[in-house]
Amino acid sequence: MQPSQTPPRANLAGWLYVSPLVLVLVPFFVAPILVVLAASFFATDGFGGLTPGFTLASYVEVLHSALTLKLYLATIKFTVLTWIFTLIIGFFVAYFLVFHVRNQLLAIGLFLLCTVPFWTSNIIRMISWIPLLGKEGLINQALLGLGVIRQPLEVLLFSDLAVVIAYVHQLTIFMIVPIFNSMARIDKKLIEAAIDAGASRFDIMRLIVVPMSKSGIALGTIFVVSIVMGDFFVVKVMSGGGSASVVSAFYEDVGVLQYPNAAASAVLLTLVLVAIVSLILRTVDIRQEITR
Amino acid sequence: MKKDRGDIELAGVCKSFDGATYVVDGVNLKIADGAYCCFIGPSGCGKTTILRMIAGHEDPTAGEIVIGGQNVVGLAPVQRRTAMMFQSYALFPHLTVRENIAFALRVRGKSKADRLRAADAMIEKVRLTQFADRLPAQLSGGQQQRVALARAAITEPRVLLLDEPLSALDEQLRVQMRQELRRMQRELGITFIHVTHTQLEAIALADLVVVMEQGKIKQAGAARDVYAHPHDRYVAEFMGGQNVLSGRVEKVNGASFTLAQAAPDGIEVPLQARSTVSVGDKVDIAVRRDDVALVRPGKDLPPGCTTSLPSRVLAIEYQGYFVKVMLDTVPDDEFVAYVPEKTFFADPFTVGDVVMATWATGSALPLA
Repeated sequence: MQPSQTPPRANLAGWLYVSPLVLVLVPFFVAPILVVLAASFFATDGFGGLTPGFTLASYVEVLHSALTLKLYLATIKFTVLTWIFTLIIGFFVAYFLVFHVRNQLLAIGLFLLCTVPFWTSNIIRMISWIPLLGKEGLINQALLGLGVIRQPLEVLLFSDLAVVIAYVHQLTIFMIVPIFNSMARIDKKLIEAAIDAGASRFDIMRLIVVPMSKSGIALGTIFVVSIVMGDFFVVKVMSGGGSASVVSAFYEDVGVLQYPNAAASAVLLTLVLVAIVSLILRTVDIRQEITR
Repeated sequence: MKKDRGDIELAGVCKSFDGATYVVDGVNLKIADGAYCCFIGPSGCGKTTILRMIAGHEDPTAGEIVIGGQNVVGLAPVQRRTAMMFQSYALFPHLTVRENIAFALRVRGKSKADRLRAADAMIEKVRLTQFADRLPAQLSGGQQQRVALARAAITEPRVLLLDEPLSALDEQLRVQMRQELRRMQRELGITFIHVTHTQLEAIALADLVVVMEQGKIKQAGAARDVYAHPHDRYVAEFMGGQNVLSGRVEKVNGASFTLAQAAPDGIEVPLQARSTVSVGDKVDIAVRRDDVALVRPGKDLPPGCTTSLPSRVLAIEYQGYFVKVMLDTVPDDEFVAYVPEKTFFADPFTVGDVVMATWATGSALPLA
């Protein structure tokens, strides 16, 4: 046998190694995407019936609609706000856990504490904001009691503010975990070496910790951005129906049996997300950072 | 401009991490300005803790640390004008060689042009010019070590502290980098404090060797003093090159005393000024391994030798310029003779031979 040729046996072993992943990815990821992609090119009779064929009508309709742009702007606003707050909170929580909690057992305990909100369902977590933010809620009551305001603040619940609060509440953990992970791998000696060189706390954060947590920040960003951009439920519940996101539009389309339009919107959103993620991966070489 | 003095004085320095056990226990030491000082001892003896206290990364529980006449306890490393080179270097992995070396200047607010000029001059000094734009991971161990040295030296510290700087290198490189350290120290003209657990490294480099055990200084002095005149059994065994024997004093006669041993007439030891012994005392003595001569039984002893101990050869190791002969001379302790190669092969012994181990009486050294 020639050494340059891969022996058939090794080839088979290689396929066996990837087969579990293929078995999961093909039916649950590749196939649905292909179905959606196909549906986006089909024609419809307007009552849920699909005519196989190839037409760009749905794309033309989606791209021509003024609503699409409005929804994308609204979604991007939620995404950016959520990203900023989760990043700031997530970074400092991770920083505190890694660099200020000396006892490792305590750090792991506090880390687990961050996951406590996830012991209950998403809906319960959102509903639990009502007694806090509502018209008769704790915050309004307190502010009224202190005499800071005369009228209860309406902006607290069923508003864009409430949407962002709910997102930040839900998604900060997705920032904490990857940032914690990349920070925990920073050798403590590097911090000491920086102090020895005369670096202040701020210098250390700016010149050592942030650059070395880049991969964690990028991963967390991908999680947060893709979840917010792909969500409609939180927007629907927390805005009280006052705001919508890209996904709410195609949820409505599905509700009125406009499948090709919904599919075209979904394909468009997927392309936008792929573009955003590749932009993030372009700025941070996650693969290289992780294997470092 | 008068150069800042880098002389160091440790006065009663103690360190305890848990309040019960002392890692450093009452250390007093003076290190002259511009000296090369090596702390040596087994791991856990407190040598690194002392270094970190001088550097300002650890505060002493008690005592004073004085650098250039100023008590520096509580001051930040920058205010002490010390710089530390860390074990395994702690180079910033995301910065290039140039950025690593310029780091201290950057956080001190030097302009970009200034700091890059200074960094490039330092890079040239450690001969890394062609690697200036590489990341630390793309360098060999020896090159990383030079980057670490340059990064520490760029702030023009008055004291440079090195924590086991050579331990990550392989043997050949270690000897080479050892010379480079010494060269840098002469060039910079500042105090170097170097922590190591290798005695060869310590005696090759240091003006002042400090031997430590369990948080205390066992002996501090010039390399030759510590090696040739160890204070006690611990130092003698740790520095190596000595045979340590113990026994009871049989009789004291004028300038020497006799130690009871397996030898027919005991061992005669010159009485040195510092030791006063009386009959019955248990005493340790040291005899340098290269002072021991081996003669076949029945032959005359070399001149000056009054003691001879019958021994059996246990093992022989050829070491190049000498031959290491291990003997069963004393029951519990190792006894080794380093015989010059030519002498050994003029009349070679084999394992199992019976020989007489002897040495010039004057070379035996009573230990404290």
